[in-house]
Amino acid sequence: MDDAPHRIGRGVFLATLAGGIGSLLWGKAVWDHVSHTVSPVESLVPLVPSGGWRIYTVSGSLPRFDERTWRLRVGGHVRQPVSLSYRELLALPKAEQVSTFHCVTGWSVKDVHWGGVRLRDVLEHAQPLAGAHALEFVSAEKPYVDSLTVEQAGLHDVMLAYEMDGRPLSRAHGAPLRLVIPEMYGYKNVKWLAGINLVPRALDGYWEQLGYDRDAWVGRSNGYGA
Amino acid sequence: MRRFSRTERTLHWANAIGFFLLLATGLILYLPSLAVLVGRRPLIQDLHFWSGVGWVCVLAAILLAGDRRGLARLAREVDRFDRDDLRWLLGRRPAPQGRLNAGQKLNTALTAAFTLLFLVSGLLLWFGERDTRFRFASTVLLHDGLMYAALVLLVGHLYLAVIHPATRHALRGITLGTVDEEWAARHHAKWRPE
Repeated sequence: MDDAPHRIGRGVFLATLAGGIGSLLWGKAVWDHVSHTVSPVESLVPLVPSGGWRIYTVSGSLPRFDERTWRLRVGGHVRQPVSLSYRELLALPKAEQVSTFHCVTGWSVKDVHWGGVRLRDVLEHAQPLAGAHALEFVSAEKPYVDSLTVEQAGLHDVMLAYEMDGRPLSRAHGAPLRLVIPEMYGYKNVKWLAGINLVPRALDGYWEQLGYDRDAWVGRSNGYGA
Repeated sequence: MRRFSRTERTLHWANAIGFFLLLATGLILYLPSLAVLVGRRPLIQDLHFWSGVGWVCVLAAILLAGDRRGLARLAREVDRFDRDDLRWLLGRRPAPQGRLNAGQKLNTALTAAFTLLFLVSGLLLWFGERDTRFRFASTVLLHDGLMYAALVLLVGHLYLAVIHPATRHALRGITLGTVDEEWAARHHAKWRPE
């Protein structure tokens, strides 16, 4: 009965450690493949809670939306500052799109169904002046702010979204209105949007002041890609 | 009879307390419903990070200041699986076990590896937020995956330690240090106290 023992414990320990460290290089590729393969059943048996969303906030509490008092203010370098109520916002031409949301920390949510308005439909009321080359998006969650150049903001699928997956945008996702720019990481997709200022040039937003890239292109910024 | 030394018990409970602190704060950060309910994300993040740092420091301090010879013996014990251990894992009986059965050895080895991986991925998340050189697209997946894997181990462990009538006597060993001789003879027939 005194057979030579197999040295298994150390093997399990080291293999787990090596596998875990190695997964830093291949984890996401494998996960994307797996979640793509199982996506037909994912609607029945969710792989991760809440579709994979995480709620990132930078202040002590999430802003509350009050339909009676809420306003979207468009100002700065404009001919005509605009203040839209929620009802006026909903009266603008509605746009819808399905796009993938990428967080810079590595998680993504595929096929998010957004409903909202295109930026140009909001901006045309304000009439930006010639010197305005960027837009600053101000969140009701202070001090969150971020900006896009006019060119970036003009990408075809940039949207101010008030609906997500067929329902009014929830408080967690920035009710009642958030910016959506699928080409860029989530931190550019300002939640709880309260104001848009036309400014001469793009400025560093909340995370950019902490070292993130101002141009947050998915897959080629913030240390990813070339 | 004596099953776990003071060092082993301290290590176990320090690990348990740290794990639950991290699980609680981590779930608030991870689950949208809890995140909205609790708010205060920057505070919870700090709590989570410093609990993690504290957890690892306490564990390291116990390893250094505790009975190191005993810990080396424990490591050897966890490493070695004899034929009965392999039979035990395959569900074959009889398969007389030593002080730690094969499942407990695996659990120990995995838990130790998970702790280090939690530490590495947690530090990468923390520093990655401050410097893109530490940023990997898969870090958050590893950290989350570890949480799920550790939860599976924990659920099995809690069931056997607290609920399952045949094994829950082991809880006495890890709290008071001693177990009933007759129980030990039944569950750990090959165990010969030193």
